[in-house]
Amino acid sequence: MDSPGDKWVGQSLPRFEDAALLTGRGRYFDDCGAPPGTLHAAILRSPHGHALIEAIDTAAARALPGVAAVLTGEDIRTSTTSLVVGVKAPMECWPIAVERVRYVGEPVVLVVATDRYVAEDALDLIEVRYTPLPAVTDPVVALTPEAPVLHDGLKGNLASERRFRYGDPEAAFASAAHRIAIDVTYPRSACTPIECYGVLADYDPGEDSYDVFANFQGPFSIHAVIARALRVPGNRLRLRTPPDSGGSFGVKQGVFPYIVLMAAAARACGRPVKWVEDRLEHLAASSVATNRVTRLEAAVTADGIITALDWDQLEDCGAHLRAPEPATLYRMHGNMTGAYAVRNVAIRNRVVLTNKAPTGLNRGFGGPQVYFALERLVQRIALTLGLDPLDVIRRNLVPTSAMPYRTASGALLDSGDYATAMETALREGRHDELLRRRDAARAEGRPYGIGYTAVVEPSVSNMGYITAVLTPAERKRAGPKNGAQATATIQCDAVGSVSVHVASVPQGQGHRTVLAQVVADELGLRPQDIRVVTDIDTAKDAWSIASGNYASRFAPAVAGVARIAAQQLRTRLQRIAAPLLNVPPDDVVLAHGKLHARGNADNALPFARVASSPHWAPGTLPAEDSAPLRETAWWTPPELTAPTEADEVNSSLCHGFIFDFCGVEVDRVTGQVRVDRYVTMHDCGTVLHPGMVAGQVTGGFAHALGAALYEAHSYAPDGSFQTGTFADYLVPTVMEVPAPLILHHESPSPFTPLGAKGVGEGNCMSTPVCIANAVADALGLHDVSLPLLPATLARHLHGAEPGAPAVAPPQGERTLRGEGEARVAAPREKVWAMLLDPEALMAIIPGAHAIQRTSPTAYRAEVTLGIGPVKGRYRVTLSLADLDEPSALTLSGSAAGALGFGQGRGQVTLREADGSTVIAYHYEAAVGGKVASIAGRLLDGATRVIIGQFFAALARQAAPRQPWWQRLLHRLGLHA
Amino acid sequence: MPRLSAAQRHTIRFTLNGQPVQGEAEPRLLLTDFLRHVLGATGTHVGCEHGVCGACTVQIDGSPARACLTLAVQVEGSDIRTVEALAPAPGRLSILQEAFRRHHALQCGFCTAGILMSLDAFLRAQPDADEAALRDLLSGHLCRCTGYAPIIAAALDAAARLRETAHA
Ligand code: FES
Ligand code: FES
Repeated sequence: MDSPGDKWVGQSLPRFEDAALLTGRGRYFDDCGAPPGTLHAAILRSPHGHALIEAIDTAAARALPGVAAVLTGEDIRTSTTSLVVGVKAPMECWPIAVERVRYVGEPVVLVVATDRYVAEDALDLIEVRYTPLPAVTDPVVALTPEAPVLHDGLKGNLASERRFRYGDPEAAFASAAHRIAIDVTYPRSACTPIECYGVLADYDPGEDSYDVFANFQGPFSIHAVIARALRVPGNRLRLRTPPDSGGSFGVKQGVFPYIVLMAAAARACGRPVKWVEDRLEHLAASSVATNRVTRLEAAVTADGIITALDWDQLEDCGAHLRAPEPATLYRMHGNMTGAYAVRNVAIRNRVVLTNKAPTGLNRGFGGPQVYFALERLVQRIALTLGLDPLDVIRRNLVPTSAMPYRTASGALLDSGDYATAMETALREGRHDELLRRRDAARAEGRPYGIGYTAVVEPSVSNMGYITAVLTPAERKRAGPKNGAQATATIQCDAVGSVSVHVASVPQGQGHRTVLAQVVADELGLRPQDIRVVTDIDTAKDAWSIASGNYASRFAPAVAGVARIAAQQLRTRLQRIAAPLLNVPPDDVVLAHGKLHARGNADNALPFARVASSPHWAPGTLPAEDSAPLRETAWWTPPELTAPTEADEVNSSLCHGFIFDFCGVEVDRVTGQVRVDRYVTMHDCGTVLHPGMVAGQVTGGFAHALGAALYEAHSYAPDGSFQTGTFADYLVPTVMEVPAPLILHHESPSPFTPLGAKGVGEGNCMSTPVCIANAVADALGLHDVSLPLLPATLARHLHGAEPGAPAVAPPQGERTLRGEGEARVAAPREKVWAMLLDPEALMAIIPGAHAIQRTSPTAYRAEVTLGIGPVKGRYRVTLSLADLDEPSALTLSGSAAGALGFGQGRGQVTLREADGSTVIAYHYEAAVGGKVASIAGRLLDGATRVIIGQFFAALARQAAPRQPWWQRLLHRLGLHA
Repeated sequence: MPRLSAAQRHTIRFTLNGQPVQGEAEPRLLLTDFLRHVLGATGTHVGCEHGVCGACTVQIDGSPARACLTLAVQVEGSDIRTVEALAPAPGRLSILQEAFRRHHALQCGFCTAGILMSLDAFLRAQPDADEAALRDLLSGHLCRCTGYAPIIAAALDAAARLRETAHA
């Protein structure tokens, strides 16, 4: 591989990462081993959406051999400090429940044991007594005065409210030809990397310091949050990351509360503690994107030009405001006008707390929520005014001549030619043919629609944008925040070979390959000559608060600063070589592994000789060049200034442009959406590696398709979490994801060293609403909400299904109903007696271990039940009422265990029929907790099976035993 | 069938990538944990532990199987292949692995081992598999990074090249 004259940057080289990853030699968190003596943690989590913790009995768990420690919220509270909360509000945020649980999956007890299996055994032995409280899961309801309050200090559930005003929105609305509004809700979804969280923590009491190894992705501003929670200065928290990561998409920022927990546990045990999250934990409690309720109104001229926007956003951050929230709401603050030139903007931002998992980073971070409202509105404007949606987009796009363009709310759009990119996309994406395709489908009666979106994709976040949640006065008191420090270090060793380190923590994006390309270009080497290290060790590496892998900052910021460091190194190499080549430093050329005089390739020195010379012969070099070659560059863009007095925020450095359109067909019978064609045009500035850019686009597109069509974190009204497995939380497979047509229009960013902009998140912003617009077009829908499930669309196609009486479930959990009959070959009196006899019941109840009669009509039992994938022990109480011997009774009961809880009631009648007894029953039960999260689909079936087993056992026990030869004949189907 | 006691560790012997291996496990120990933590073969990954994501797929006696739904004691005496066995030699890649690299069919690589093990078994059994058949097979795997298009391209490319080498 050689590339004379050409640049390595811009080529799709095979990735250096791949050989190891393809042969099973990756080094992900859980592949990296642990020191001898490491203990393993498991976490008992809340089965309730909202409840008071009355008592926690850990005695049996502590007594289990192998258990080293059992830690509750109280224990953690005494050894740590609450995580900082990003708004000024009287509210704490603990990584484990203290006194109260506020969402299903919230940690309640931490068990540390010799291995994970033992730790999980111990979880089963812990008894937590809860008093359930009313829960609220809907953000609008959470604001009502009747709603249960999550954090008493707050008085209500509103954690933050701010209003913003740019230009003169009131005047624009007053004089507008039209006011057109849209109300939308955006659901919760999450990017679910296939590798879950992992933390290994150790504590050294001699130095009062923590050493943590975790698959954390940044931003490293969180390092300060963790250190503060652990009550140590930053230099006593060493945070390291593994070389490889199994995906993140923002989500692995959310591992940090567990870093605090495991560090505190390591301190309590005096041994290293390791924890690996499982998938249920991940889905229930890792880092989910916010759901948002938005009303957006536009002032519009007769020909569709938007003169003002009025945003009202209600952001649901779940049960706790966990750092960096409410950043999801403010990440787009400079971009609230999208790709459009709108000078007058009003914004009301409110943050509300509900009994759902706390939110955090996810690919797109705030963009999907904003663009769903804005681009649905653009379609609404077109429909209302009878315009072509493309014309509404065209008339409002920021003009090329205005670049760089300062938006009303403060973002500086760096570069772009939106109009050309859009027209190119329409042409190369064969838009006219798509229109004909739609016509043809409709002529056959097939619902077919086309959707459009134009989107600005921000990248490289301003570390100061989140302070827009504070008032200017509060900001002043706290001191200004801004910038986005990036850093890279390049060094030459004793044989002159080159190593690069960046504080970037890639999660699979191939950073090592791109960095080798960037540095190779500057130093005249081949990429394969350069070794790149991207994991971070905060004790040894250069890093800053913006370090990490988020906000699409790699190509614009990290690769850029690597180039700056390489240029600094090159300058030093030129100075060292100049006297040896007898030319001025500027005339020293680095190419093909050599340094040579410009215009005379024969007057040359090997790169390795020059690069190693400060190690071997510093005395021959001028004093300023005698140190070994090691250059650390820092870069922060001057454009990322702090929010102004007027709340203008340049929230991101770079702004890519995306124009998407798609054709979808909705199945007339099932309501299933099929994406027939998807075209996505990107302007991400200079493309550093086309293969990887394509990978980012197709990957982001698949995430977005999932969010549009399938994925939703689902909660019952009581706060029960219902999507705890990959069989409930539906992630698209290869069957659902079509390949989009990807187009590019390059407008290099003038603000980044390589001209690159971010590209990884854009489709998560543009695609969900593009598909929604297409489905709205296909079915003529006024309102659309995601995900576009067949069941929802079928209602539009066929009307609501009749029947299904709406009975309120006992507590809002997963409700089961059923009825049946069983025939027992025994007289009624005998069956009756068995139902009232603990000994007999013990043999009948499936999985019963111990049964006690607590009163003449009440029992307590321990039962092991398997429901779908989950087998667990439950403490069951049963009581009999309305006894009408021997013909009827009412059985009510409740069950509670580590896997969940339930309660139900059944009516049983006994009827004589030809010497046997017919038992008829019907029941109604409600189930919550873990079993509802992961086995919801299976509960009905499993309940029927268990009840069937009960009556089969009853029939067996009650029937007089036949002689063996009769049983044999019976089995053979021969009746004697 | 031998009777195993839940409370006891049992010695388990099988062939892993052509080498005899053995280790001790309680009957409840998952094959994923046995491979990764008892034997140190960490190439097989765990993504869900409930059989949906496919990351843990290995070959048991030639057939792909979810290691997370298999107990270590169940594979006593079996022949197990994992991703570590796919490359023909250290520093070289198999035709399938090469195709994945060429097509950028992996990003984080966490799902990749399972996908390779499924494809490896499938292409051996059905060298003429078309795109529909490959999609059908791959629908048993979740990948959150790539959007699948490059995986399909790599699988088709590998299938074609494997057919060529078979005929050569
Ligand atoms: S880990 Fe086995 S299928 Fe997901
Ligand atoms: S490459 Fe990351 S999950 Fe497939």
